Amino acid sequence: MALPKYTEPHYRIWHYIYLTICGAVFFFLIAPLFVIFPLSFNAEEFLSFSDGMKRLDPDAFSLRWYKDMIYGTKNPWGLAAKNSFIIAIFATIGSVILGTVAALGLSSRHMPYKGLIMAVLISPMIVPLIISGVAIFFFMAKAGLAATHTGIVLAHIILGTPFVVITVTATLSGFDHSVTRAAASLGSDPVNTFMKITLPLILPGVISGGLFAFVTSFDEVVVVLFLAGLENTTIPIQMWTGLREQLSPTILAVATCLIILSTLILVTAELLRRRSERLRGINQ
Amino acid sequence: MSSETKQILTTDGIPLEVSLKKAEKKNKIKAFLLVAPLLFFLIITYVFPIGDMLFRSVDDKMVTQMLPKTFKAMESWDGQELPEEEVFAAFHEDFIKLVEDKREGKLSTQLNYTKNGFKSIIKKLRRASKKFEEGNYKEQIMSVHKRWADVEYWRAIQRRAPEFTGQKYLKGMDMYVNEEGKIVSVEEDRRIHRVLWLRTLEIAFFVTVFCFLMAYPIAHLLATLPMKYSNLLMICVLLPFWTSLLVRTASWMILLQQQGIVNDFFVGIGLVADDNRPEMMYNKTGSYVAMTQILLPFMVLPLYSVMKTISPSLMRAGKSLGGTPFVAFWKVYFPLTIPGIGAGCLLVFILAIGYYITPALVGGASGTLISNQIAFHMKSTLDWSFASAMGLMLLSGVLVIYWLYNKIVGIDNIKLG
Repeated sequence: MALPKYTEPHYRIWHYIYLTICGAVFFFLIAPLFVIFPLSFNAEEFLSFSDGMKRLDPDAFSLRWYKDMIYGTKNPWGLAAKNSFIIAIFATIGSVILGTVAALGLSSRHMPYKGLIMAVLISPMIVPLIISGVAIFFFMAKAGLAATHTGIVLAHIILGTPFVVITVTATLSGFDHSVTRAAASLGSDPVNTFMKITLPLILPGVISGGLFAFVTSFDEVVVVLFLAGLENTTIPIQMWTGLREQLSPTILAVATCLIILSTLILVTAELLRRRSERLRGINQ
Repeated sequence: MSSETKQILTTDGIPLEVSLKKAEKKNKIKAFLLVAPLLFFLIITYVFPIGDMLFRSVDDKMVTQMLPKTFKAMESWDGQELPEEEVFAAFHEDFIKLVEDKREGKLSTQLNYTKNGFKSIIKKLRRASKKFEEGNYKEQIMSVHKRWADVEYWRAIQRRAPEFTGQKYLKGMDMYVNEEGKIVSVEEDRRIHRVLWLRTLEIAFFVTVFCFLMAYPIAHLLATLPMKYSNLLMICVLLPFWTSLLVRTASWMILLQQQGIVNDFFVGIGLVADDNRPEMMYNKTGSYVAMTQILLPFMVLPLYSVMKTISPSLMRAGKSLGGTPFVAFWKVYFPLTIPGIGAGCLLVFILAIGYYITPALVGGASGTLISNQIAFHMKSTLDWSFASAMGLMLLSGVLVIYWLYNKIVGIDNIKLG
């Protein structure tokens, strides 16, 4: 944002102060993530930069913590990663199906009690996780689903659907309903219309809702701490235990992998958002 | 439609009004059927269990069921003098049954909540009761320990007679019902819960303020920069947003530790002495710093989406009408961003007030919040009814804010990413 030439000096100074503040805030936001990266390649067991690392000595860097993460004896990360992916995938599928169908109903102008129902559907996102955790634990314990994958998947569906409902409702708000009427008038039944017409048009919204649901499940620790047994351990649980007991560099190796994963998800989500905005005709 | 005007009929002879209503109703049902699966799923797995928490938090049947005969006998007791033999006999009968089922320990724990000193005298009573002779239980029980002859302890038992109680809620506010039946506060140095509530509010409030102060300039920058730069900078906001909470907390643990980079930096610029590195983690500072950074994107995104809609020509108009840039900003730009400020602040405050993971890891003893206390009672003391009561107290606070949010911003206006 270049200043015009006629700007008076003291506004010029203000402007640079403003830019400096912005720079500092961006640094505050992003820098902590980048600390993990180099430290996960530390050859030593300490969680601070060794003298060798400061001199960029190649011997000070190693992949030993990554090896430990994958091949380490008694290491929990393999099982945790498997569980995390299985749970997140099923939770995402469940959230997307339930959430999308509900969003279709919610965007109909005939929907009765829209505000109230929307409030209920969004509530798992607003209610503090610890309370959701307690409530869901009580339910799962009664239903005999505590310490099972099914129980955790159901819990994550509860937590993930609000995101799908919100993103899909937003996408549908720009949806031209005359195309579905056109399809119906041409003899298509509602299911066929949905699969062939509506779904392809709202797909970006559905997928980005699904990404939110996936991340919510993959990253969720509070509810899982109540529900999981030893068999159902997930990556967040292992990280939580690790961080509480002893901060080992292996955790940083895992954290680096998670940052890479979240970068991939971010890029996908951004591409989808732009595509859906283009489709909805919102020009930037 | 009045009866005199000719009714408009559809082709099959039904009045249009009726036919239209029928179609509308059909559409309503159709829309509702689409929402129904998720709605019922949530009601069964989520809304009812929260109701269950409400029930658990006031449920006090345990003692009622352990001493049924005693409470029946106590109905006619006025609570002034020691109860009659009949109460003692009933209590003895209940107690023998509990000893047989090996549940007298539970009774002593429960009664100890009401009044301290029950644990030891119940243990003594169990041992002595084996040698009890039939009849005259009053004398025999009273001879076990002098507290059994103290009317206060019998009143304490009587207070556990009702099946429902609000005492867990009182306990959550550090209050209790004393011997005279009045609600009073516990001694000053034992008011741990009030301290926690206040600290939760304080941390949530200041985290919201810090987030606002930091988010406003960068949201403004993002909204006014040309697209190709702002997209790049937006990554700085979105990457933390998408990154695992635990990863971000871990990075703060590394940064803030005593031999960590932040302390190294302070020593390096001579702000603190090397042998006197301040403790920045496991206290309130840790909670503040980490929570502010973690919640910052939730403030930036709503502000950005509002600022994006403000036309830059408004500021130019303000300046051309003689306002200095500051006046133009304050009188024109700032009022237009208030919806975004409201949305962001409420969102951050709601999230901060229920925070659990980050304070538990970097907050130490002085930086933990009410959520940590709830988790503690769920997992360690297993006092689930107390955890439920505190959870619901927290929830009611959040719901008030949620309602405000809905009034001011509207829940359908929540934007993600």
